[in-house]
Amino acid sequence: MTDRQKFLYFIALHRTGLWVTALSLLLLVFPLVENNPYTLGLTNLIAIHAIVVLGLNLFIGYAGQISLGHAAFFGLGAYGSAIACVTFGLDSWLAMLLVAGLVALVALLVGIPALRLTGHYLAMATLGLNFVFHTILLQWDQVTGGPSGFYGIPSLSLGSFAFDDELRLHYLLWGLALLSLLLCLNLVRSGVGRGLSALAGDEIAAAALGVDTRRAKVKVFVLSAVLASVAGSLFAHTYGFISPDSFGIFVSTDLVIMVVIGGMGSIWGSLFGAALITLLPEWMDLFETYKDFVHGGILVLVLMFLPQGLITGLLDLLRVQLARLRQKNVTA
Amino acid sequence: MLRLEQLSKNFGGLPALSQVSFEVFPGQVTALIGPNGAGKSTLINCMTGVLQPSSGRVLFRGASISSLAAHQIARCGIARTFQNLKLFPRLSVLDNVLTGLTCEAGSSMVMAMLRLPYLRHRERRLRLRALEALDRFGLGDKADWPAAVLAYGDKKRVELARATVGNPQLILLDEPVAGLNAAETAAVGEQLHLLRRAGHTLLLIEHDMDLVMKLADQVVVLDSGQKIARGTPAEVRRNPRVLEAYLGCMEATA
Repeated sequence: MTDRQKFLYFIALHRTGLWVTALSLLLLVFPLVENNPYTLGLTNLIAIHAIVVLGLNLFIGYAGQISLGHAAFFGLGAYGSAIACVTFGLDSWLAMLLVAGLVALVALLVGIPALRLTGHYLAMATLGLNFVFHTILLQWDQVTGGPSGFYGIPSLSLGSFAFDDELRLHYLLWGLALLSLLLCLNLVRSGVGRGLSALAGDEIAAAALGVDTRRAKVKVFVLSAVLASVAGSLFAHTYGFISPDSFGIFVSTDLVIMVVIGGMGSIWGSLFGAALITLLPEWMDLFETYKDFVHGGILVLVLMFLPQGLITGLLDLLRVQLARLRQKNVTA
Repeated sequence: MLRLEQLSKNFGGLPALSQVSFEVFPGQVTALIGPNGAGKSTLINCMTGVLQPSSGRVLFRGASISSLAAHQIARCGIARTFQNLKLFPRLSVLDNVLTGLTCEAGSSMVMAMLRLPYLRHRERRLRLRALEALDRFGLGDKADWPAAVLAYGDKKRVELARATVGNPQLILLDEPVAGLNAAETAAVGEQLHLLRRAGHTLLLIEHDMDLVMKLADQVVVLDSGQKIARGTPAEVRRNPRVLEAYLGCMEATA
């Protein structure tokens, strides 16, 4: 092999690793270029959303299911951490782990019966779950603080080093987001991930290849719920204040929109979708008022013209075109 | 190797299969033929766990598999192809073949997320095997194409590669040459010959009589959910009940 071939082979072999490294470096130096706390606050929120969307994309894009209730797991993480830290005085990292474990259990108990449903029925069941959760947050005010929210959640800290300003949070949140990204990328590049892609493509074919479809769906559901819970805990510690409105059904649909726009079955697209929907209100003043219209409009357009999602759809088109081109070259 | 005992399947009182029994012998090609609507697809679905038989048993190497789920049957070493191709269009050709090795790839999600070295090595081995399988079917140069852009004949071959890559003990082929032209049919026939010579056991569901006659050691004929004949290709071809079923069918469609 020539040096050039060796170089190309290296790139091809370590494509994913190189992209992750590049993104990590970019995020490492980002605060040096842009140190406006407001901007960092926004990118931090992107990181939190990205963690939820990564998990949800595994469930929607890879396992081929639908959940309109992931804001509930997000909220369980947030309120769980808040209650464990403030009401019971637990260490915040320990609380985060305990709550994630608890959410895993809840997702397992919900998932086993709910994932026997498909399509619209599954969407309704998860939507119902979210609705119940939201109502509990509002009504059980001795514990949750009710409609006025939960105040005074402490910042996360390591020893005496508190993650209490945007810069420090940037490194913490993006560090965890990148970790989630890496874990998800590993998963989809494995045999398990191929099994999941098969499941999304055709359940009967997947089963005929040895994929335990029911178990796989529940596992991915639990995994996505745990990621949502961790993101929720981070959300609570980042803002110090949470209220039921952050975990309602419209947040769930926004999360689904992030998945769809980024691209179903695209791990990288999840980052893009989370970033776009988080930033959109900043770019358009009118947006706040007509947010739901704009989100709905984007969703309809994407589903009409690129049903695989914006990024995945465009990439798929590109791959197909490239392959056609090569086919022509071969036959010519 | 595979034995069906008095297998019946009713759909809401309508019998689709009644009391079908036959045996598939190791190292042989057993062909299952019959006019449209004879119950061939129902039979294969009952064997692979997609449908539950209403009564009767399916024995694989002496153990009943009729109550197992589809993925458990696949893990016993029974692979299948589908009549109306079930490739995953968004995956590359190579990844499609790799899904045929799902049973060997490991199923622990946590291990997969950590991508431990032993999994990376296993992944590399599986990849090599999938590439070999693609080469056997003459598709090595299209490994990284998205499956969606392949021509129909190529897709059929990818499905064959996927079904055989895991060295299953029994391969169920649901109309492998349906919709192919003569040259492609001959090519697939050649592949099936090679599979048989390599010692694979095949159960072939097929309409193409030339292929069946050339390939099969044993032919089972279904009509209206009942087994009407069983024997060597030559015997079956002379069987008056078979002639009647097929000619009757042809008259009806003419």
